[in-house]
Amino acid sequence: MNKPKLILFGELTDKKVNVMSSFFAIFAGLLFGLIIMIITNANESFQAFFTILFGPIGGLKSIGKVLFYSTPIILTGLSVGFAFKTGLFNIGASGQLIVGAFVAVYIGVRWTFLGPSQWIVATLCAGLAGAFWASIPGILKAYRNVNEVVATIMMNYIGIYLVTYLVKLTIYQSGRNESQRVNIDAVIPSFGLENIFGPRSVNGGFFLAIIAVIIIYIILEKTTFGYELKAVGFNRDASKYAGINEKRSIILSMIISGFLAGLAGAVIYLVGTGKAIEVKDILPAEGFDGIPVALIGLSNPIGVFFAGIFMGYIREGGFLMQRFGFKTEIIDIIIASIIYFSALVIIFKEFILKAYKNKLDKKISRGDNNG
Amino acid sequence: MEYVIEMLNITKEFPGIKANDNVTLQVNKGEIHALLGENGAGKSTLMSILFGLYQPDKGVIKVNGNEVQIKNPNDANDLGIGMVHQHFKLVHNFTVAENIILGREETEKGLLKLNEAVEKIKNLSEKYQLRIDPNAYISDISVGMQQRVEILKMLFRDSDILIFDEPTAVLTPQEIEELMKIMKELVNEGKSIILITHKLNEIKKVADRCSVLRKGKYIGTVDVKDVSMEQMAEMMVGRKINFTVDKEKANPGKVIFSVKNLNLLSPDLNRFLLKDISFDVKKGEILCVAGIEGNGQSELVKAITGLIPHKSGKFYLNDQDITDKNIRNKTLAGIGHIPEDRHKYGLVLDYNLAENLIIQTYFSDELQSKGFLKFRSIYKHAKDLINRFDIRSGKGPYTKARSMSGGNQQKAIIAREIDREPDLLIAVQPTRGLDVGAIEYIHKELIKHRDSGKAVLLVSLELDEVMNLSDRIIVMYEGEIVADLDPDKTNENELGLYMAGSKRTTVRVKRGEIDE
Repeated sequence: MNKPKLILFGELTDKKVNVMSSFFAIFAGLLFGLIIMIITNANESFQAFFTILFGPIGGLKSIGKVLFYSTPIILTGLSVGFAFKTGLFNIGASGQLIVGAFVAVYIGVRWTFLGPSQWIVATLCAGLAGAFWASIPGILKAYRNVNEVVATIMMNYIGIYLVTYLVKLTIYQSGRNESQRVNIDAVIPSFGLENIFGPRSVNGGFFLAIIAVIIIYIILEKTTFGYELKAVGFNRDASKYAGINEKRSIILSMIISGFLAGLAGAVIYLVGTGKAIEVKDILPAEGFDGIPVALIGLSNPIGVFFAGIFMGYIREGGFLMQRFGFKTEIIDIIIASIIYFSALVIIFKEFILKAYKNKLDKKISRGDNNG
Repeated sequence: MEYVIEMLNITKEFPGIKANDNVTLQVNKGEIHALLGENGAGKSTLMSILFGLYQPDKGVIKVNGNEVQIKNPNDANDLGIGMVHQHFKLVHNFTVAENIILGREETEKGLLKLNEAVEKIKNLSEKYQLRIDPNAYISDISVGMQQRVEILKMLFRDSDILIFDEPTAVLTPQEIEELMKIMKELVNEGKSIILITHKLNEIKKVADRCSVLRKGKYIGTVDVKDVSMEQMAEMMVGRKINFTVDKEKANPGKVIFSVKNLNLLSPDLNRFLLKDISFDVKKGEILCVAGIEGNGQSELVKAITGLIPHKSGKFYLNDQDITDKNIRNKTLAGIGHIPEDRHKYGLVLDYNLAENLIIQTYFSDELQSKGFLKFRSIYKHAKDLINRFDIRSGKGPYTKARSMSGGNQQKAIIAREIDREPDLLIAVQPTRGLDVGAIEYIHKELIKHRDSGKAVLLVSLELDEVMNLSDRIIVMYEGEIVADLDPDKTNENELGLYMAGSKRTTVRVKRGEIDE
């Protein structure tokens, strides 16, 4: 090889730059979080920082919590990332998620006749509901060129109010102002994870997320369908020129994206911890969290998986920080800043390329470009 | 002798590429200095540095012997440097005068003072024989006139050093002649001109000296009268170039493709973009559609290929009605399309070369099974085309299309289209923006395709190309076919008159006629 190399990085491939920029972004985010900690609570800031960094791997219980938090965020991250690969910015994961959640909970409460398969039906129908919800902006985009950002945001609000209304109408538990609890058969089984991480922790939903990651990866990287979707995402005109049905691609992409968000809804609410849909008119944060997860993971399914774990990790780390007297709001701000910074991956990408180029130049000017 | 402009040892780097590597340009006062180079040779970068759009990494700029820092276009204007951009920067619903004073408006008590400006413009227009009415609206005047407005803009600002960026690209032959007269007039009045171009005959006609760039490096400066076009081409490309296109006489066979009574309305429905277009293309023939940009050629091709829908008119390929087929089925029926805009339509820039080479065929049995792509076949296919068509790139089939040079991007598209052996190959401006080496290559490929018994429909704005390549010429003006010509029995001048709409024959191509 005659290509110049750097000892530290080896040959610079696109993949390496991507992974490195994600890590740098996270690192910068953490540093910024530390600054806020120092400002708000100087005395214990370093202990708190240590906790957020290493607390979650302190025990199986914490690890289980990390995975538990990560599961829906991986799915929504996958949802946003998948749509993004097709050139669509799906901000509607929250709405698709809550619609899916309602269907899951409704089936989980009412359709007890299904017996042990109740959770499967509830989960799948949640996905389908999310898919339906996302298909509307997809159709509008494909046939009327309605901006999907606007359409999905509007669908978020329609979704949350509709669900509030439907919960009150059908499966309302008035004393607690929330939906009824799902039947025990509708709870996603833990597939033995309970024995490792303890109860009320990560469950079979995590496996569902892993399967989704693998399937999405295969669709995008190995199939003609994924080839079409990405082509449309990269260049809609060229896809049309090549005879790809770009309208169909856009709609299908939104449907799959919505399906994943709907699954996230099932994963959040089909648990044994007594979680129920609260009648609050607030969009679920997991849906929006999908956006930074997709950004940090650079829309790559595997990247999204790790980015989702990272989000779960700092969330658990933040939870553990409470013992140092940090207010939960401050913790949320810290977490938000970490995420905010981490989402600036692109800037770090440019930074890395520049730094690499400078080093390369020095090497070339020294004349030893055969390394 | 003192130079008006000196750019000494200019180096400018962008990530991954040295756009200018130790380039020197010295312009005498009162000369037309051509800046010649292929696309990507660094001409635009060098001029952008002079105009203050980029800062050089290294090097010195001197204007009238004084070293200067040009940080933005305003600095450049203050130093008397003006630029006529390739794409004019005019406000269409403003008058000529309003456009010219834009950015330099004189006001009195907050109200615009236009009269003095109009007077000054009139004087300038007379002095340089530009024949411009300061009160005309831009939208009402021709492209050639719009260019003169751009020139007036510089004169109005008292620029002494005028940069023309590919000024003839949008003009008819007659307009080019007039532009050259104007340029000479400007020089006689003491202005200095830098002419950016890759058209050698124009340099030969109008320039005094010529500096050549190749791949970001300065090759040399020559006196135009001392060198031949072939010598300049060799400096530009780095090897000998054959200007004449070698081709056998066409041997047209039966009609392969015909368009019948095609009409197309503009999106606002108030005028015809295409009006009653009918023509045939025969086997073994290159039919060239000539015309000035914007006279319906793009729409014609888009309607044929299905990129835009049309209401009336029929297309027949091999006697089969393909009018209502979708794009994919037209492609499969035997239409190849080298699109006008290779970045918009021709390539998915973020896909690699191999992925781009299968964009119309990825669903075929050779490339997929049960919905899964066969990567081994895909890359084998890519390597095969890379070898056959000599597509050069950094990482072979794995190179992202975005990082390939314009010429090789175009080669990739041509490889992809010709490899499918379409009965009708539609090539729209296949050599636009390419250097002479790549042009030579593409012309050969088109002729080869013709000689293999297929038909080529070539849309071109370049008269040289039209005259050299075509076996038959139809001329389009304002959405109509105004002439059907034999290239051996016409000349560039006549063609130019048809293109400008000042001459027309009432040709009606007989339909369904089969020569045998």
